[in-house]
Amino acid sequence: MKRDIITNKFVIKFANVNGTGSASANKLFSRAVFRMGIPISPKNIFPSNIQGLPTWYEVRINENGFLGRRGGIDIMVGMNPQSMERDINEVEKGGYFIYDSTKQLPPALRRNDIDFIGIPLTEKCRELYDDPRHRQLFRNIMYVGVLAALFDMELDVFKQLISDQFKGKQKLIAPNVNAVTTGYEMAKKMHACPIAYRIERRDNVGNKILIDGNEACGLGAVYGGATMAGWYPITPSTSVIDNFARYCRKFRMDPETGRKNYAIVQAEDELAAIGMVIGASWNGSRAFTATSGPGLSLMNEFLGLAYFAEIPSVLIDVQRSGPSTGMPTRTQQSDVLAAAYASHGDTKHICLYPSTPKECFEYTAKAFDLAERFQTPVILLSDLDLGMNDNMSDPFEWDDTRKYDRGKVYTEEDLENMTERFGRYLDVDGDGVPYRTYPGTHPTKGAFFTRGTSKDEYAIYTENGEKYIENMERLQKKWKTASEHVPKPIIRKTNKPCTVGVIHYGTSEASTLEALHHLNSLHGISLDSMGIQAFPFSDEVGQFIEEHEYVFVVEQNRDAQMRTLLINEYDFDPERLVPLLHFDGSPITARFIRHEIRDWILQTTTSPRRRSRFY
Amino acid sequence: MSYKIPAFRHPNLPKNELGYTTKDYEGAVSTLCAGCGHDSISNAIIEACFEMSIPPHRVAKLSGIGCSSKTPTYFLGNSHGFNSVHGRMPSVATGANMANRDLLYIGVSGDGDTASIGMGQFVHAVRRNVNMVYICENNGVYGLTKGQDSATTDIGSKSKKGEPNALEPIDLCAIALQLGSTFVANSFSGDKEQLIPIIQAAIAHKGFAFINVISPCVTFNNVPGSTKAYDYIRQHMASTNTVDYVPHAEEITAEYNEGTDERVTMHDGSMINLHKMNSKHDVHSRTSALTMMQECKAQDKVLTGILFMDEGSQEIHETMNTNSTPLRDLDEEKLCPGADELAKINELHR
Ligand SMILES: Cc1ncc(C[n+]2csc(CCOP(=O)(O)OP(=O)(O)O)c2C)c(N)n1
Ligand code: SF4
Repeated sequence: MKRDIITNKFVIKFANVNGTGSASANKLFSRAVFRMGIPISPKNIFPSNIQGLPTWYEVRINENGFLGRRGGIDIMVGMNPQSMERDINEVEKGGYFIYDSTKQLPPALRRNDIDFIGIPLTEKCRELYDDPRHRQLFRNIMYVGVLAALFDMELDVFKQLISDQFKGKQKLIAPNVNAVTTGYEMAKKMHACPIAYRIERRDNVGNKILIDGNEACGLGAVYGGATMAGWYPITPSTSVIDNFARYCRKFRMDPETGRKNYAIVQAEDELAAIGMVIGASWNGSRAFTATSGPGLSLMNEFLGLAYFAEIPSVLIDVQRSGPSTGMPTRTQQSDVLAAAYASHGDTKHICLYPSTPKECFEYTAKAFDLAERFQTPVILLSDLDLGMNDNMSDPFEWDDTRKYDRGKVYTEEDLENMTERFGRYLDVDGDGVPYRTYPGTHPTKGAFFTRGTSKDEYAIYTENGEKYIENMERLQKKWKTASEHVPKPIIRKTNKPCTVGVIHYGTSEASTLEALHHLNSLHGISLDSMGIQAFPFSDEVGQFIEEHEYVFVVEQNRDAQMRTLLINEYDFDPERLVPLLHFDGSPITARFIRHEIRDWILQTTTSPRRRSRFY
Repeated sequence: MSYKIPAFRHPNLPKNELGYTTKDYEGAVSTLCAGCGHDSISNAIIEACFEMSIPPHRVAKLSGIGCSSKTPTYFLGNSHGFNSVHGRMPSVATGANMANRDLLYIGVSGDGDTASIGMGQFVHAVRRNVNMVYICENNGVYGLTKGQDSATTDIGSKSKKGEPNALEPIDLCAIALQLGSTFVANSFSGDKEQLIPIIQAAIAHKGFAFINVISPCVTFNNVPGSTKAYDYIRQHMASTNTVDYVPHAEEITAEYNEGTDERVTMHDGSMINLHKMNSKHDVHSRTSALTMMQECKAQDKVLTGILFMDEGSQEIHETMNTNSTPLRDLDEEKLCPGADELAKINELHR
């Protein structure tokens, strides 16, 4: 069969057994593609931490830079007998299944519409290594070598990567290079290499970096000046704090004293974690926590206190599939409402929705400015897909002249010169944001009592209904002011007038933009889009919806939570906001979005108009 | 409502080293029931801080929710205060302490607040040896929610509303001792002579200082049959020691009887004199404290005094090796690694 050669545009998936050390081999492969200048987006699909269960690693390679999940698998590297049947079935027509041919493939699993490439990896390892652990490890590295041959990749790139990775551990370099080369040569000998898929050097990566969102958040907290973190471990947020700790060890050891310019406390639970953050922020530190859905639930009572008592606090919520423990190692965007309105009573919290590691870095640093400027909780909503997978990103930037916005804080001098009475909750500037003082500032002025109960402008406890209303309305005014300071939506308009728009936020961005590109090029449908970056919504968000008759809201949850938030905050006719929902725990794909929109648009030309797929 | 105390100061009120009078250590007028033990504790805190010449604004007072947790409004009006949520004062105090290690942290809690909803946080604040004074105003009943039994109510004890309590109580001092609290004391709100120096010793202590104060609730639990009632406590108190606190600036002139007294020098050079009622008790031994508590309990007695102290203890900042400059005072220059370092980090990800 004569086949078209497909270069730098395919999806490859690795099927492994959890706990066998395949992660670094898979990473070695994707990094090599990236180093050859080709955009990639790898995604880990892993079980909830149990040895021996199947785990997958899916890499999309796309020289045009489309990096959301595409949908479909072209090449499967099937190293897990347990999941082999479904792995084979997942390969698209015309694709390849690469396997360890030490053991014969059960004939029943054969398909005629895909190619099977067998390499006796285990056999070779038995021959080369005595130690069973080495056999397992190097078998992984060997299949990377096989891929290098099959895709006709530059072997030198792998060698360089290996020596970069084991810098300082010289002894490990040669055996790893050997394993790659062995795999490479075996494949060359046994098969007609290269196959119909190629990887060719390009210059399409520019100065981009490859990093996961949790590392970006941890680094953002260091750059944003966080000095205190209180936290409790939970997947997929744990590595935010791990990275914060790692960078703190590097950058925050006082050179004169050798002591830490930071404090990290592993709390006994999430209640305590957020309590510590609130205590530290009340006392003038920039403090934060990282958690996921179940932790956010536990933090509710305290978040209400921080909102009402007006205490800055930063929370990074790396969302996973709920409700309850749900699918703890799968992704979703289903904490949108829980975060926006966390706690009882009329509460609402500033939320930020990053889509890329760069936004994770920037928004984390900015979260501290916003929290202190508005003296309120700020919740950054990342998710497992963004947080735990390597994502291609613009490099991070920092302006050295940047000053932290510590918000409205009276200093000792301010208090000394003050003739009027200090009022903790007085709206001095008419923007709803009062002034605070740090404990211990002045001997006689500026002390106040922080409480979750109702109070007047001078922080004196009161149950007077009018005072309560005044305070609640001031909080609302503060909310309005905040809407002008949070990141604005990113609006992308087509050059034609367009009555249908698309809203996305967070990790739905890449797939949505790709779907829109293909809707245009394949179906001649062009739509405007808007990426929402923050809650409260700035005026531009409402305007965008106003300007379009129908707007799709793309999100990764069952209940169309962002749509609900928009309807709730704006009072739009719900019919105008069309939910486009994906919530099986895997990242949303471009294909899915394209098909949903295409079908809807085709349907709407015939009457009666199809009702939105929403329950 | 909290009422402000009139600013009038009697010209002849005694002044402390800082030139402050006790007025400077008072707070708003209490709205607790007249006769509530908690008010006596507030007064003891005021006296203790006045005598120690603590700058009021260098104190942060924190609490949870409950009648007891309301009390920080009623002392040290020039200090920042924080009524957090029910049972969670320890975490807020821990965070606050992380931000600024230079203030004095006084946490006030109730037995409901500490021994039920806040038990986890209490336990972990002890375990971390957070440098703070933790006072549990223990009335064996829920005051603010009107009279339910608490987890510290003794077996057989009967509150105004209730049946005799059938459950084993939690002994907070025993728990604190077993968890490794570096200072543990038990006292009674009606015994000012004992309570004030105990609070002073706790303030001088570096690390977690736990004081359980039996503090009768006149409204719901000051009845015959209650083991946290004034009469009961007065009749059943047994002291292990009485205490004098001597600031380091003061010359020690008093004569002490060797063998029955013990002087303990605190980290700041101040001194605590323990006049031992029971010379068998070694205040530096947890086992001795626990044994003595058991013995007293068997005799239906309530042991008071400083039960245990480890004056050389390492508080959390030392364990964590944090800078001596309060973290909250660090600025961009110390905190932000800058653009050049970021460029290097970018490079590592290519
Ligand atoms: C989460 C939560 N649950 C319940 C309450 C109601 N509540 C307020 S104070 C209190 C008990 C207070 O008892 P204690 O700590 O012993 O203090 P006391 O009033 O006796 O001094 C309770 C249950 C609350 N405020 N918050
Ligand atoms: S109800 Fe009890 S604890 Fe509360 S103020 Fe009155 S006497 Fe004190």
